[in-house]
Amino acid sequence: MTSMALIVIGGIWIASHLPNHVPLGPAVALLVASAALVVVNVVSLLRVPDFNWRQFWLVAKWAGLAYAVTAGMLAYVFINDGTRGGELVVLMLSLVVYAIHVPLLIGFTVARYQPLATEH
Amino acid sequence: MAEVALPAAPAAEEAPPRPDFQIVPLRGLPIVAAVLIGLIAAIAANKLWPLEFFHIAAGALWTSIDLFLGLVLGPILGRMAIPGRIELTTRLMPKMLLIMPTVVTVTLASGWQLGRLMGTIDSSYVNHGWIVASYIVVGVMAVIALGLLEPANVAVLFELKKRRPDPTVIQRLMKRFIYTAGIIGAMQVATLVIMTKVATG
Repeated sequence: MTSMALIVIGGIWIASHLPNHVPLGPAVALLVASAALVVVNVVSLLRVPDFNWRQFWLVAKWAGLAYAVTAGMLAYVFINDGTRGGELVVLMLSLVVYAIHVPLLIGFTVARYQPLATEH
Repeated sequence: MAEVALPAAPAAEEAPPRPDFQIVPLRGLPIVAAVLIGLIAAIAANKLWPLEFFHIAAGALWTSIDLFLGLVLGPILGRMAIPGRIELTTRLMPKMLLIMPTVVTVTLASGWQLGRLMGTIDSSYVNHGWIVASYIVVGVMAVIALGLLEPANVAVLFELKKRRPDPTVIQRLMKRFIYTAGIIGAMQVATLVIMTKVATG
């Protein structure tokens, strides 16, 4: 949640300055903090005992595909609009973090309620 | 209040009856694909009418669905008997999994392009403060929807797919769904205020 909030704040920071010059420092700091939190989340997830990884991957991979499509649409709009340079790089990386983080969250929420010998 | 005789509670191991369902309704995917192709074409054409159409149609759907779910259906769902709640959930939630991400993506992508075309997203625009306020409202709604509501929605469907769903898990996840839908519904009122202000200048 916090990781996503940081990405969203970074996106708002950039969007509120466009098309003028965007001071990228705060956006980069928020992106780095968000990506670091995703890494921390993944490491914490790896340490969860008896976690249903099969169910996690089943959900995360399809959610990943869906959110890659939505992130792709937003990326297309920014590129089509002529956003270039550092702003575009930070926006693209933010979309990558978003497209990884949301499927992680969905996969985790599903898998935590599924026993290891899940019935399907 | 009239007393109603209820049938005996089913045995603990018996799950309440529920219709069979697909977590993601595959029949809806071609519709989603067609909408997204139309959106790409509208953005590429960069013409006012198609962009207005996509932004207003999808935005109105997004706002109306959130208001209806959060402030009307959510509280009703919370007071329904478990079997009725399960039946409504298994019929409603899979459709929401396709509808909501599609209308949100269409609203945001066409809205950004429209703002670019009309100059309303420029930082020199007279109502720039209102536009930034709309980013903040959408941002808060996105964090709540993507971080809490959507995972709960998917998890409840997976729980309902099990041969013996756990009622406590369903109740906990549904409570999360109802509360977050209510918060998002209330925030959509702010969206209406901002968008009507921006539209009238």
